[in-house]
Amino acid sequence: MLPLAGCGVELPGFGAEDEPSADPEPTVVGEFRGAGSSAQGAAMEAWIAGFREQHPDAAISYDPVGSGDGRETFLAGSTAFGASDVALNDEEMAASGPACDGGNAIDLPVYISPIVVTFNVKGVDQLNMSSDLIARIFTGQITRWDDPAIVTANPTVQLPALEITPVHRSDDSGTTDNFTDYLHATAPEAWPHDPDGLWPLPDGFAAEGTGGVIETVRSTPGAITYADASATADLGQVAIKVGEEYVPYSADAAAAVVDVSPRIENRYEHDLAFVLDRKIDKSFAYPMVLVSYLVVCSRYEDKAEGTFVKEFVEYVASVEGQERAAAAAGSAVISPDLQDWIAEAAKSIYLTQERPEEEAAGQAARQPGGTAGG
Amino acid sequence: MTTTDSPPAPAAPVRRRRSSGDTERGFSRTFRWIATGSGALILATLAAVALFLIVRAWPAMTASSAELADAVPRYPDDTSFLAYVGPLVFGTLLAAVLALLMATPVAMGIALFISHYAPRRLAQVLGYLVDLLAAIPSVVYGLWGIAVLAPAVGPVWLWLNEYLGWFPLFAGGASPTARVLATVSVVLAVMILPIITAVSREVFLQTPKLHEEAALALGATRWEMVRTAVLPFGQSGVISAAMLGLGRALGETMAVLMILSPGFLYSFNILQAAQQQTIAAYIALDFPEASGLAVNALIATGLALFVITLAVNMAARAIVARRKEFSGAN
Repeated sequence: MLPLAGCGVELPGFGAEDEPSADPEPTVVGEFRGAGSSAQGAAMEAWIAGFREQHPDAAISYDPVGSGDGRETFLAGSTAFGASDVALNDEEMAASGPACDGGNAIDLPVYISPIVVTFNVKGVDQLNMSSDLIARIFTGQITRWDDPAIVTANPTVQLPALEITPVHRSDDSGTTDNFTDYLHATAPEAWPHDPDGLWPLPDGFAAEGTGGVIETVRSTPGAITYADASATADLGQVAIKVGEEYVPYSADAAAAVVDVSPRIENRYEHDLAFVLDRKIDKSFAYPMVLVSYLVVCSRYEDKAEGTFVKEFVEYVASVEGQERAAAAAGSAVISPDLQDWIAEAAKSIYLTQERPEEEAAGQAARQPGGTAGG
Repeated sequence: MTTTDSPPAPAAPVRRRRSSGDTERGFSRTFRWIATGSGALILATLAAVALFLIVRAWPAMTASSAELADAVPRYPDDTSFLAYVGPLVFGTLLAAVLALLMATPVAMGIALFISHYAPRRLAQVLGYLVDLLAAIPSVVYGLWGIAVLAPAVGPVWLWLNEYLGWFPLFAGGASPTARVLATVSVVLAVMILPIITAVSREVFLQTPKLHEEAALALGATRWEMVRTAVLPFGQSGVISAAMLGLGRALGETMAVLMILSPGFLYSFNILQAAQQQTIAAYIALDFPEASGLAVNALIATGLALFVITLAVNMAARAIVARRKEFSGAN
């Protein structure tokens, strides 16, 4: 740690302070901290490693403390960026002024992790299921693989007379949260429980972490679970019903759902917070996904920090950054459109000293409820 | 006797007496301070941990159940704090006691074999292998439990449930995933086997040779000699060995966390999923996403575990102390 920190201090020639003119590839020097979503943990490590290949003098640490704490520490101004599985709400947005030197926070959806319902039935690679059917399996109303409801949806598949063992996560997880959100939105009658990171039903079979549920399914014939798509490659996968068609998981379809989802209204410019359209009926989209945001400021007082965030956001949204995350964390590469929007947002991040004339406007925006809107 | 500034004695016999530890000077004195300091450090650490637990647990213990239900994710509505900790304490004790019941007889068997039956060379190798078991990290036991043991014992649990289901422990339905307390107890038993074996073996080896030879001279068989001379002598040692094992089983986290499909009930159905949970695994499972009062509640369950472990150790001490006079050691 020490030699690394020393580098940043001993090389003022590369430092931001000495070069007021903006050069095409700004050098990032210093120590920067981020905190938040544990879902993004693996991807963030990959991004930091990739970013440091281009900017070896930047020391970046990411603390996967959880989305709630991530937003809190970001709003308190103690981290350069936050990461959160949900976008900042309007109150949090309105309170972002002090941390952003009079600017505001912006939410950028950089991480899309598809969730796949996966099972262990010998000889069966893919099954069609509606969300209603999935909900009734996980609540224990359908207990056998040869249940008429499953057979009707899969007329061509030979299903065994085997008991279904639904397995869920025992820990608090974003995967469970998004899976239950999907069920609740698309099959409210079969799944009346509110979305939650903790499994809402008291009984059933549980295991800890993605590795735990996958290992349980692998060793238990007839077991079914939900997990990050990357973990389910060698098990049977469920194609979910979207509109009138069954859509198997694919990275493109998972990325597409974000593009067509409506943005949250009345947000600051360049804020890309979405309301995921779980009930989408377009068969090119796969709505069972977890979307996680990078939360940054629109304006930074510290030049080194501002330059870093600008460059880092650009890198994360770039093809290289996204592919690195896909390789490391199994996420879906975001669509080219979304990459462009995020790159635009990155360009819009500015330093206080660049726009002295906005000081007054920034002061005004700092007031709670300023421009955040309803 | 402990005077430190007595003049140097001229005669050789006196010097010899001093070297036996009657007086202290030079490094001996320094070492005394180091040793005393180490002893005090243990007490200070224990006090610091206890203080931390009490201070941080206090907000949760004094909060109303409505507040707790609001802040703690798995807190059942309308229950007192004790009703919330109760099932966790129950699950912890059940898993540890079952593990102890499985491990102690086996450990005693191994220890007796090593100390009284095996040829010396084999005994050495065996003793070494048992010690090696203790060096395996618990996360490896956890992996072994989910990847190897659970699939292997699944059919056994199903059989037990089908034919011996009238027995309370095997009642309920057997889980097809075998991620149940019975599997956890087997893994815990394997984990505490080395410590119980190692301590028991040392105790059995210390049985006075005269006692053993006297028993044999009276016409006892090898087994009768073990029963009349070795076991009574080693009784208190075996009990303290078992308590050491129990301590480890109570606090074991990783293996339980990885294997068990948890529930929050007072249930003896060890073959059924979603019935019990241990305190240590509960803390590890929920701490990563906890904040505010939820952290205090988790620490309060940790305090309960601390108290249990303390009570177990004190009980063990009491048993050992009471049995000492009758062990035939003196």
